[in-house]
Amino acid sequence: MSIFVDGTNRVVVQGITGRDGSFHTRQMMAYGTRVVAGVTPGKGGRGFEGPDGTVVPVYDTVADAVAETAADASVVYVPPAFAASAIMEAADAGVAFIVCVTEGIPVLDMVRAHALARDRGSRVLGPNCPGIICPGKTTMGIIPGRMVTPGPVGLISRSGTLTYEAVYHLTRGGLGQTTCVGIGGDPLIGTSFVDCLAAFAEDPDTEAVVMIGEIGGTAEQEAAAWVSANLDVPVVGFIAGRTAPPGKRMGHAGAIISGSAGTAAEKTRAFEENGIRVARRPVEIAGLVAESLR
Amino acid sequence: MNLHEYQAKELFREAGMAVNPGEVAGNPEQARALAERFGGSAVIKAQVHSGGRGKAGGVKLAHSPEEAARHASGILGMEINGLVVGEVLVCPIEDIATEAYVGVLVDRDGQCPVFMVSAEGGVDIEEVAATNPEAIHRMRIDPRYGLLPHQAYGLAARLYDDPGLVRQAARITQQLYEVFVGNGASMAEINPLISTVQGRVLAIDAKMSIDDNELFRRPAVAALRDAGSEASADTQARSAGLSFVKLDGNVGCCVNGAGLAMATMDLVKYYGGEPANFLDIGGSSNPDKVVAALEIITSDPEVKVILFNIFGGITRCDDVARGIVEAVDRIGIEVPLVIRLTGTNEELARNILAEAGLTAVATMDEVVEQAVRLAR
Repeated sequence: MSIFVDGTNRVVVQGITGRDGSFHTRQMMAYGTRVVAGVTPGKGGRGFEGPDGTVVPVYDTVADAVAETAADASVVYVPPAFAASAIMEAADAGVAFIVCVTEGIPVLDMVRAHALARDRGSRVLGPNCPGIICPGKTTMGIIPGRMVTPGPVGLISRSGTLTYEAVYHLTRGGLGQTTCVGIGGDPLIGTSFVDCLAAFAEDPDTEAVVMIGEIGGTAEQEAAAWVSANLDVPVVGFIAGRTAPPGKRMGHAGAIISGSAGTAAEKTRAFEENGIRVARRPVEIAGLVAESLR
Repeated sequence: MNLHEYQAKELFREAGMAVNPGEVAGNPEQARALAERFGGSAVIKAQVHSGGRGKAGGVKLAHSPEEAARHASGILGMEINGLVVGEVLVCPIEDIATEAYVGVLVDRDGQCPVFMVSAEGGVDIEEVAATNPEAIHRMRIDPRYGLLPHQAYGLAARLYDDPGLVRQAARITQQLYEVFVGNGASMAEINPLISTVQGRVLAIDAKMSIDDNELFRRPAVAALRDAGSEASADTQARSAGLSFVKLDGNVGCCVNGAGLAMATMDLVKYYGGEPANFLDIGGSSNPDKVVAALEIITSDPEVKVILFNIFGGITRCDDVARGIVEAVDRIGIEVPLVIRLTGTNEELARNILAEAGLTAVATMDEVVEQAVRLAR
């Protein structure tokens, strides 16, 4: 099984006519994702040609796309100035699962977008995330399909390219995946480590979980505590940024709210104290997973 | 982007906030004149993007114009946390009765702005937070309604008993929220917020950081950037849309994605090397970005080798390969290049590199080991 999405989702792509949107829509369609509509304001009525010649209708608004095609999931490839509003538009149109790939969205825009999505009952993945892939079934976002393969490992990561790095080694090591989720590198994200862990806990096919964190915030600590209290399958972790220099910090507000919790050392300790084995290099992740499955 | 104290205070004043007077001086003579105008005595404060200015000796009290000039000449040019002080802010000395703390920032957990206030403000506020957290009161703000009047009053009532002081502090708290939201800040802080012996509440210090993602739509705020306070490589990186941090090692790193970039630096250390920089070329890269990245990395004379670690997703490996080839042609790179390219359009990229006589390895460990060896 997979988490959050399966092969049945009807996907609308917001920003389908842009450089990245069109490229990755074709990639998604080639992988088997059911892209049923595209949205680009001002380009409604056109068609978008998929890799096998299938034509996807383009609409001016998400509401139109949902009304015409019953889309229930969306991928946002809209530039940062308009991305938060694209997320809110999708949530308002009743789209239940919204993946936002866009990087560089103003944080205060996302404060509003997340609040609205919560009110409408929509799940947002990201922003600034590579998306989600269920090997062999469907992909939403930009994770290259050819590096994944079906299998028993669930993967959650804050980083895009580091996700690929880990998956690449898992796949090469013969360890396939149930679902790989990139939750995004922004300070405010819609789907947390804990949300993903809870979903993996309900998935009988997921026999081990890989969690890839990085410096900043306290999401890894919360996830570690959740793992030790609730999760029966083994978890392997990795934390990026051990050698990152402390930033030149202004003001006390950041330190007051999180103290030294954001460092790689603190996160690694939280993982280890809660029974999560931590890889020192990305290449070691697959080995630790293999051991934990034995 | 961090603002200087005097810049943040200017934004505070525009919002109508009670802020102590003060003007910037770039030399001791100006500081002397300002102190004279303020009645002879003044406080001289280093304008630098760093905390702990007071503890570093960057804030001094002067009791005569001559002393003001002397302190200004000591502070100007001083280095605080690696940053050179180019200007001082000269302010009149206030009769301080109490010092409080008021700050607002975006809370990751609550996904909303959060206020933090404490009656125990001043230079030791972080110690208060660590040792006596109950002395700091927090309040999350619902972004749909903003800071409501009763909430501002409630925060202010944590700072003072006297109703007159509470009313003044509530206004300031409200104004701080307006400045925070209205300028796309990620943090705005008053420390200390003072009450004077005469019964006034005043912001006598100000710190603000602006969310870099806001700058494209706020030209007036973007214009406050103090380009003189950053290295030219930083300016160059920013205008090219690259995320760059200079470090002390000799292995130049060019990576796509912040997580992979950090993991690459960690791996350079693991193999016994020292990274010369953090550089994330970001997603959706075009060849020009890669050229800019190489120009920045090669401008550091310490760099002995440049390593590319590219895992293509939204970044297409062929774009990066074209950028590398173009940069080699255009700027002529004298140090060895070691390249790892995997992912989207990888084959295309390998062909482009091969035509230019360059090769790429397949794994991150290989490329980092190679780079560390070449840097020795």
